[in-house]
Amino acid sequence: MDFIAQHAVLVVSLVKIAVLLFVVMTVLAYLSWFERKVVAHIQSRWGPYYVGAHGLLQPLADGIKFLFKEDVTPPASDRLVYILAPFLALSLALTTLALIPFGPTTVQVLGQPVFIIANSNIGLLFLFAITSIGVYGVALAGWSSNSKYPLLGSLRSSAQMVSYEVSLTLSVVGVLLVAGTFNFNELIERQRGAFWHWNLFGFGHGQVTQIVGFLCYITAAIAETNRVPFDLPEAETELVAGFHTEYSAFKFAMFFMAEYANMITVSCLATILFFGGWLSPFPDSWTWQLYLPGAGLLLTSLYCLYDSIANMRGIARLQFLAVTALALGGGAICLNSSVMPLVQGPFWFVTKVGFFLFVYVWIRGTLPRFRYDQLMSFGWKLLLPVSLVNLVATALVILVRHG
Amino acid sequence: MSIPFILFFVFAAIAVLGAVLLILAREPIHSALSLIVVMVSLAVLYLLLGAEFIAAVQIIVYAGAVMVLFVFVIMLLNAGVEERTNWSKMAKYAGLPLAFFLLLEIAHWMWRSAIGTKIANGVGAVNPAAVSTVDLSTLLFRDYLFPFEATSILILIAILGALVLAKRGE
Repeated sequence: MDFIAQHAVLVVSLVKIAVLLFVVMTVLAYLSWFERKVVAHIQSRWGPYYVGAHGLLQPLADGIKFLFKEDVTPPASDRLVYILAPFLALSLALTTLALIPFGPTTVQVLGQPVFIIANSNIGLLFLFAITSIGVYGVALAGWSSNSKYPLLGSLRSSAQMVSYEVSLTLSVVGVLLVAGTFNFNELIERQRGAFWHWNLFGFGHGQVTQIVGFLCYITAAIAETNRVPFDLPEAETELVAGFHTEYSAFKFAMFFMAEYANMITVSCLATILFFGGWLSPFPDSWTWQLYLPGAGLLLTSLYCLYDSIANMRGIARLQFLAVTALALGGGAICLNSSVMPLVQGPFWFVTKVGFFLFVYVWIRGTLPRFRYDQLMSFGWKLLLPVSLVNLVATALVILVRHG
Repeated sequence: MSIPFILFFVFAAIAVLGAVLLILAREPIHSALSLIVVMVSLAVLYLLLGAEFIAAVQIIVYAGAVMVLFVFVIMLLNAGVEERTNWSKMAKYAGLPLAFFLLLEIAHWMWRSAIGTKIANGVGAVNPAAVSTVDLSTLLFRDYLFPFEATSILILIAILGALVLAKRGE
């Protein structure tokens, strides 16, 4: 015990990293299920259905398939860079999650905050630094494959990511001007109150509404993560699969996971900067909101119970009853009075991030792809000026208020 | 031997290794990658010195923007493998000893300076009194506003100059 007390930072950090990695990997797997399911329902299909109840075991089957497929390395490729690229993409995408606060710093173990790994004073800058290196994963993958479609895809994506990074960074500066800090937890604390204190609306004391900044941010963010309607780097109809055409088996899966991890990071950042992070949307005086996490889980378990009895047969019914039991247990734990205050922060954070992930998939199911010249003129001629005007306007409002 | 002190030597070694590989690599992309390694390990050294802002900006500007352009251009021009030349006699007989003496002199003066004594005592590599971003911006935008603005205008002129030169050929 002495050793643990002395090296609290190290021990607690390692445990946090292990837990976060496990959770994130599971979430990444189920995000693919979520995306396929939502897009399928948008298009009046069922989506994955046969592996497990409602296709719930599909991610597991996909993972096993990726692990056991043949790992092809093109003979003309640059071997070192070819192997390095997917590792670079995935590890950088996962590193950014270390900076994200999932709950308040007041929840502590051995004097260390539980819900954040690195509570850095320059959290936001560091996140941008890591994402700006993230381009290399894509660029090097395309180059090292030594094949024409991947090269075209990675050239497109490098140009696109460099162009939209400018708007992405500028759209956030408005929030920074209002808050005056790079620290994520301080950024969230400035938005305390109810939902009208969030930077998105900004009706609190000393705040400026950032609704334009948010729209610029979310547009640039979708382009930055190479998602529809900005998915030109991997446009199937033109480039086969873009930069990862030559990748197979687990290396392909790593690019896949990196894309989802980037989506999660970007959604987390939108939540922190514009939607009050782990803060509740209701005023603190409304105490009934403490029951919401537990009540939500109990309702989920009720629905699962109904579904498994009314619509399921055989083994699928058993599997769905297991899900029911999980949700029921989780709900019961969340309603325990000693656990209740602890789960509030993560509950709201996860809910908001989940909303943004849904928006991502929703947009994918709705919008067609941009043409390349449209993409570039949209980024440079519309998005960049608008985010610049938002920045100048925010600065002016602050200047006028301070006299 | 504290952990930051060990980290300093690890990343200093990585930086030097990256710089050597940058020169020795024959494939232009490998050279560019080595340069990125140098940039990132320098950023870690800044971080160890307590200069958080400089560290982040080092990565954003150099590793994230400048080097992306390098890699982009190398990919676009499809630059081939470098050819090796025989060393010129001048470089071999005058250059190498001179470079060696230069290194020796730098090492000598660093060793005799205050920093050298601190490093020898094992405390110099880490500055616990971090400079906050607020302090830095106060210096830049209040005390040294004129040199800062003058530099930015100089950079703007350079960009315009590059545009003019590039357009002249058409």
